Amino acid sequence: MHPNLSFEQAPPISVPYRFFLAAPWFGVLAGVLLAWAGGDALGSRWTPEALALTHLIAAGFMLQAMSGAMFQFIPVAVGGNVWRSLLVANVVQPLLLLGALLLVAGFLFSAPVLLRAAVPALLLGVGIVVTAVLFALWRTPATGMTLWTMRIAVAGLAVTVLLGSLLAEALARGLPLPLIELTNIHLAWGLGGWALMLVAAVSYFVVPMFQLTHPYPLWFARGFGPALLLAVTAWSVLWFVGDAPYARGVGLPLALLCAGFAAMTLWLQFTRRRKVDDATSLNFRVAMLALFAFGVSVAAIVAFPELADDPRATVWLGMLAFPGVFVSTISGMMYKIAPFLNWLHLQRLGAPISAVPNMKKMISADAMTAQFRLHVLALLLLLASVWLPSLVRAAGIMFAGSCVWLGWNLISAVNSYRRFRDQIRANVLRC
Amino acid sequence: MSTTQPLFQHHKHCDEIFADAEAACANGDWVAGATAFADFAGQLETHFKSEEEVLFPAFESATGMVSGPTEVMRGEHRQMRELLAQMKQALDERDGDGFGGTAETLLIMMQQHNMKEENILYPMCDNALGASDVGATIAQRLAGA
Repeated sequence: MHPNLSFEQAPPISVPYRFFLAAPWFGVLAGVLLAWAGGDALGSRWTPEALALTHLIAAGFMLQAMSGAMFQFIPVAVGGNVWRSLLVANVVQPLLLLGALLLVAGFLFSAPVLLRAAVPALLLGVGIVVTAVLFALWRTPATGMTLWTMRIAVAGLAVTVLLGSLLAEALARGLPLPLIELTNIHLAWGLGGWALMLVAAVSYFVVPMFQLTHPYPLWFARGFGPALLLAVTAWSVLWFVGDAPYARGVGLPLALLCAGFAAMTLWLQFTRRRKVDDATSLNFRVAMLALFAFGVSVAAIVAFPELADDPRATVWLGMLAFPGVFVSTISGMMYKIAPFLNWLHLQRLGAPISAVPNMKKMISADAMTAQFRLHVLALLLLLASVWLPSLVRAAGIMFAGSCVWLGWNLISAVNSYRRFRDQIRANVLRC
Repeated sequence: MSTTQPLFQHHKHCDEIFADAEAACANGDWVAGATAFADFAGQLETHFKSEEEVLFPAFESATGMVSGPTEVMRGEHRQMRELLAQMKQALDERDGDGFGGTAETLLIMMQQHNMKEENILYPMCDNALGASDVGATIAQRLAGA
C-alpha cells in the first residue's frame, strides 16, 4: 500500500498527547513568574526574569507542543514514518522537560551549574527528535512545499539548540564569546528558521483544509521558506562578522517576510469559503495579526534605529512573537488536533461510525471560545505591560489563568477519549 | 485536460456547497440548510460513484492493483457515507450541535481524503489511463449531477 494513503502509521494517541498536555503548564509557570516578579521583569530582554520567561515559552511551551505535533503531523500530512515513535517519545520528553526547567532555573537564579546541566539534556533530547524526524522526512516518497519547508524547519531547530547550548556554556563558564551577537543569531534561528518555518509548513497544509480557503499561491509557498532561510542566514553571517549596521539592515527583509506571510494568511482567511468561525480560526487570526504587527515593529526599528534605544522595544517584539504569534497558533492547532485525534483513534475500535461521537463532543466549544477570549485579553495586557510596568502583575495572572484553562481543556479532551473508548469497547463486547 | 481533472475541480465545488450547508444550519436556517445539504450529499454521492464505478475499475484493470490505494479510498467513502447519514439525521431532528459536530468531522475526513487523491491517486490514474476515454465519461457523469 502506498505509505500516504492510510492513517495506519499514525503514532499511538499517547505520543502526541503527552506533549500537548505538558505544554500549557509552561505557560502557567511563565504567568506566575511574571506576576511574582512584577514591574522590573520586563525592563529589558536581559533581565534574569525575561530570559527565564522567554525560555519557558520557547523551550517549554513551544518545544513540547511542536514536537508532539510533528510526531502526529508527519505520518498524516507527508506520509513519513517516525521510527519507533513511542520509544522515541518516552526517551525524548523527559529530557526536554528536564532541560527546559533546568535552563529556566539557571537563568532565573543566575546559576551556572543549572545552565550547564541543561545543555546535555536539551542537546540529547532535541538531537534525538531532529534525527528521528529528519530521517522520516527524508524517506517519505511525498513531495511538495510542506515537506521541504518542514525539512528546513527541523534543521533550523538543530541550529537553534546548538547555538543556545554554546551560549549557555559561554555564560556559565564566562567564555570570551560575543554574547549579544550570538544571541541575535540564536533568536533569528529559533523564531524564524525553526518556529515560523514550521508554522508556514503546517499552514500550507491546514489553513486550506480547516477553513476551506484557497491554497497558498504556488509562487508564495515555493518562495517563502527559502527566502526566510536566506534572510536568517544573511543576518547570522553579518552578526557573526561583526557588521552590526548591515545585519540590522537585514531586519528589513525579515520584517517584510513576516508581515507578508501574515498578510497572505489573513487574505486567504478573509476570502475563505467556510463561513463558520471556531477557536482554531480565531486563534490563527490573532496570531497572524500579531505577526503582522511584529513585522511592522521590526521595520519601524530598522527605519528609526533610535527606537531601539529603549530596551523595552525588544521586549515588545518578544511579547508579540511568543504569546502573540506562537502561543495563539499552537493553541488553535491543539484545539483542532486533539478532537480529531480522539475521533481517529475511537473509530478504529471497531464500532460503526455512527457509534463514534463527533469531534465537537471532545472539548466543549464554549470552553474553547471562552479560553480564547481570556487569552486575547491576557495578550493585550501583556503588550500594554511592556510600556506600563504597573500592569505586569495583572498581565501575568491573566496569562497564567488562560494557560490553566487551555491545559484543562486539553485534559478534558483526554477524559472524553477515555470515556468514549470505554463505552465503545463495552458496546462492542456486548454485540 | 487530464483524466482526473473533472474530479479535481468537483472537489472544490463540493467544498463550496458544504460551506453553504454548514453556515445555514449554524445560523438556524434549517430550510436553506436542508436544500444545500441535499445538494451537497447528492454531489458527493455522484462523485463517489464516478470513482467507484468508472475510475477505480479502469485503474485496477490497467495496473492490476486491486487491493491497493483504491481499496483504501473505497473504505473512506464508506466512512463518509456514514457521516452523511448522521448529518441527515441531525438535520431532520433540527439538532444544531449534532449537525455541526458531524459536519466538522466529515470536513476533516473529506479534506484529508481529497488530498490523498489529488496528490497521489489521481496522478497515478493520469499516468495509467492517459489515452483512455475515462476522463470524458467522468466529466459527463459529474455534469449530469
